[in-house]
Amino acid sequence: MISIFNALMRFIRSIDWPLMLLLLVLSSMGLLVLHSAVGGTDWRYADQSRYFVYALIIMWVVAMVPLEWIRKLSWLIYVVGLVLLIGVELFGDTSKGATRWLDLGFVRIQPSELMKIALPMTVAWYFYRREGKTAWYDYFVVLGFILVPFILIVRQPDLGTALLVAFSGFFVMYFAGLSFKLLIPAAVIGTIALSSIIIYQEELCQPDVDWVVMHDYQKGRVCTLLDPTRDPLGKGFHTIQSTIAVGSGGMYGRGYMNGTQAQLDFIPERTTDFIFAVFAEEFGLFGGLSLLLLFSLLIARGLYIASQANDTYGRLLGGSLAMMVFIYVFVNIGMVIGILPVVGVPLPLFSYGGTALLTLSVAFGLMMSISSSHPVPKQGKSHPG
Amino acid sequence: MFDFKSAAQREKRRFLLRAWVAGCLVLAAFALIGMRLWVLQVQEHEGLSQRADRNRTAIVPIAPRRGEILSRNGDVLARNYLSYTLDVVPAEVGNMDEMLENLSKVISLSPQTIRRFKRRVLDAGRYSEVMLRNDLTDIEGAYFAAQAFRFPGVKLKARWVRQYPQGVSAAHVVGYVGRISEADLAALDASGQIGNYRGTDIIGKLGVERSWEQTLHGTTGIESVEVTARGEPMRILHRVDPEPGKDLILSIDMRLQRVAEQAFEGRRGALVAIDPQNGQILAYVSHPAFDPNLFVGGIDHESWKELNESQDVPMLNRPLSGTYPIGSTYKPFVALAALELGKRDAKTKFYDPGYFELANQRFRNAGSVAYGHVDMHRSLVVSSDTYYYSLAPEIGIDALHDFMKPFGFGQLTGIDLVGERTGVLPSTEWKKKTFRKPEQQRWFGGETVSAIIGQGYNAFTIMQLAQATSVLANGGKYFRPHLVMATRDRHGNVETVTSSEPMHVIDIKPQHLKTVHQALADVTKVGTARKAFAGIPYTAAGKTGTAQLFNLKGGKYRRDEIDERLRDHSLFMGFAPVENPTIALAVLVENGGWGGEAAAPIARKVMDAWLLQNDQGAVSSGATP
Repeated sequence: MISIFNALMRFIRSIDWPLMLLLLVLSSMGLLVLHSAVGGTDWRYADQSRYFVYALIIMWVVAMVPLEWIRKLSWLIYVVGLVLLIGVELFGDTSKGATRWLDLGFVRIQPSELMKIALPMTVAWYFYRREGKTAWYDYFVVLGFILVPFILIVRQPDLGTALLVAFSGFFVMYFAGLSFKLLIPAAVIGTIALSSIIIYQEELCQPDVDWVVMHDYQKGRVCTLLDPTRDPLGKGFHTIQSTIAVGSGGMYGRGYMNGTQAQLDFIPERTTDFIFAVFAEEFGLFGGLSLLLLFSLLIARGLYIASQANDTYGRLLGGSLAMMVFIYVFVNIGMVIGILPVVGVPLPLFSYGGTALLTLSVAFGLMMSISSSHPVPKQGKSHPG
Repeated sequence: MFDFKSAAQREKRRFLLRAWVAGCLVLAAFALIGMRLWVLQVQEHEGLSQRADRNRTAIVPIAPRRGEILSRNGDVLARNYLSYTLDVVPAEVGNMDEMLENLSKVISLSPQTIRRFKRRVLDAGRYSEVMLRNDLTDIEGAYFAAQAFRFPGVKLKARWVRQYPQGVSAAHVVGYVGRISEADLAALDASGQIGNYRGTDIIGKLGVERSWEQTLHGTTGIESVEVTARGEPMRILHRVDPEPGKDLILSIDMRLQRVAEQAFEGRRGALVAIDPQNGQILAYVSHPAFDPNLFVGGIDHESWKELNESQDVPMLNRPLSGTYPIGSTYKPFVALAALELGKRDAKTKFYDPGYFELANQRFRNAGSVAYGHVDMHRSLVVSSDTYYYSLAPEIGIDALHDFMKPFGFGQLTGIDLVGERTGVLPSTEWKKKTFRKPEQQRWFGGETVSAIIGQGYNAFTIMQLAQATSVLANGGKYFRPHLVMATRDRHGNVETVTSSEPMHVIDIKPQHLKTVHQALADVTKVGTARKAFAGIPYTAAGKTGTAQLFNLKGGKYRRDEIDERLRDHSLFMGFAPVENPTIALAVLVENGGWGGEAAAPIARKVMDAWLLQNDQGAVSSGATP
């Protein structure tokens, strides 16, 4: 009887309830919007509901694993991820364009998705090992950890995912103490470069201007962002229609299942990458701001859990995962409202699809594992905060 | 203890600071989104909302009609025909499963068809027309039309379907189209072509259909359609017509192609015939082949299994992706190398006792025949191995490599097909690069001896042999080989797409060329190919060859004792007429045994067809611009 009680307690203790509550609210909203986006009940709605149940189970399982085990396994998962990425490089059918999947015979996997989790785990593990004796060259070692999968994924070719993976590693570096002296100039240069592109877009987007650092198609994407009307059948069409959808939502929205843009099929990929347009059209500015608030709380909770972690590994990993949620939300919504280029990034907990949800469930499971690891005192040592 | 604690504290405090900074970044970014939302949803709300209301205009892509593929004599190799299909707009169907069940009582719908349909709905969305079944017979069409009122949202439509009237013939040249796959989509996305493929559901997968995809596909048109609040089209506001894909005119002569294919009946092999004056490919055989029509609507499991598991590998594009040691057909090129590099005079007699010794190793003639005194002419006519063995130490592998490279051996020929293999033209550098261990990286003199008679490490495609033969025939001009010689737009304007200038010219002394040409002419008169070419009313030059599968190490090759599939490959290279060649070819018959026996008769039939019963003059003046 007592053992069952203990097991139940362990189970309950492994859950971070504020985080859980936020996830449940956001997933319910996600399902609701998907229901509208598919125009009623169909198999995608049923699929997604099922995926959420799987995700919940996976999250709990990961949450129950002691953080120490996860830490010790970090590098191994990273190595496996690298091997699989090299497998994609060697055995993927690159002649037909982008190859992201690897067929292991019994299951098809997407190693770049695994890397989104494995890279921050490994970088956090490295800094944990070097704790107290971190030197400047450690950042170069870590840069190597980031660059290898980055280059492999770029070669697939999948620049979008490669950047996301790089970001996940970069955030760990940032939390580990990468000097602001380096960060601030980089940010300033980036801002200046971006604004000059926007100011001089007319000249830069002439067809005979060679951008040296980018392929023509990449240049095309940036130019389409600056002026969506130049490619009305391709990516520009998405941006035009999604901004119309968002704008026509107004202050209070057109009402649930009443968005004409969404219901009349003007929003492309409205169940996946552009689902925010459906949401914004039907729930308006208030809906949009509420969603931002909920995501902010989710990220804040993630950062809080990280700050309460009882070792460097938990702190760095938790912080990086929280910021990854931010990057997803920002890039996705930014793309829908036309301030970022159209790249294939889903909106967490909203976009239809099992793969992205799987990655998220592991990420949130890790956060819960971090959060349940901190109340255990380490041999009577007191812990501030 | 205290130090440790304070370090940990410091660590923690630093993290807190950074977490706050990150939090501020999040807030700033979200504020930016909020501002943009404010601009769109409050400031520009009225305008955008009006646009959304007026934006009952849907942009509908109009797929262009795919270009046809024709032979040089006008035979149609690929065309489009109208076929009845059933299209479904999911949003207009009440209960999908119920509809499918009722419909299957009127028209046969296999579970596989339904499964595929559901997958397509998922990709396309509820308001677009999704194909449910294609290739309805007229009777099925009539049945449905009579009951159409029972099935709202299901439409009987006619659409273009690809067809290959020649079937198996020239299948490896033409290739086939298939449904656009995820991988195709990703590739189109990467090349910025995806907009042009909205509304298109097929793409070239193999052969010319694939390598000339962009030309065949055309440009997608746009129609702005006003739709009602329920999404039904009202009227067309604006239209940009699609630009149909261009037709391709191949240099393949279908009459010659059929003669060549029939000559391979019951055998496996490859043949490439080239016009040495311009690099146009006249016939391109990979036998056995497959029926491209099987692939158009998605191949069924049984046919796919049959094609893939057949021992004869009909899906293999033999002239491009099979690499072989080409045996004695290499000798004419080696003879030319000896002359050009000044290693041997054509008149010098060499005594052939039936074998050649190098470093205590004995290399024998095929069948261990001793030919006695042999000059260059006779060495080619009787195909003396020993004569060439003796050249090995004099020429050396690297000089041989450098001489053969411009002929295209072991190089991509640049033919307009996907999937060409490079093969191997060995050299000391190649061996160093290919092998890992130092003892394997060393080049041995004995290896040059095997390489010089076309065995050993040599691995060439039949395409390369045909191309080199063409270069030898025309005196050193290397034209890029090509299958497509012209395109034709919808107004009938024919445009030549290939250059008439050679890519490079090999400098060969005329008297050396003459020596080799004359010897090769005698091969068909009195030499190893005399039987196959008995009584030709034109002059032909050629060389037989055998690609060894078995290393016999001086033992006797007893053909009847060896399993048919382990027998040597039979080879022939040649051109005609000798003085002014209009056709150069290479033939491989898998497991055909000796070259003069299986490959040469096929070459004879093709040359006869080209040079004798020929309206060739009329055709080429008509189709060649």
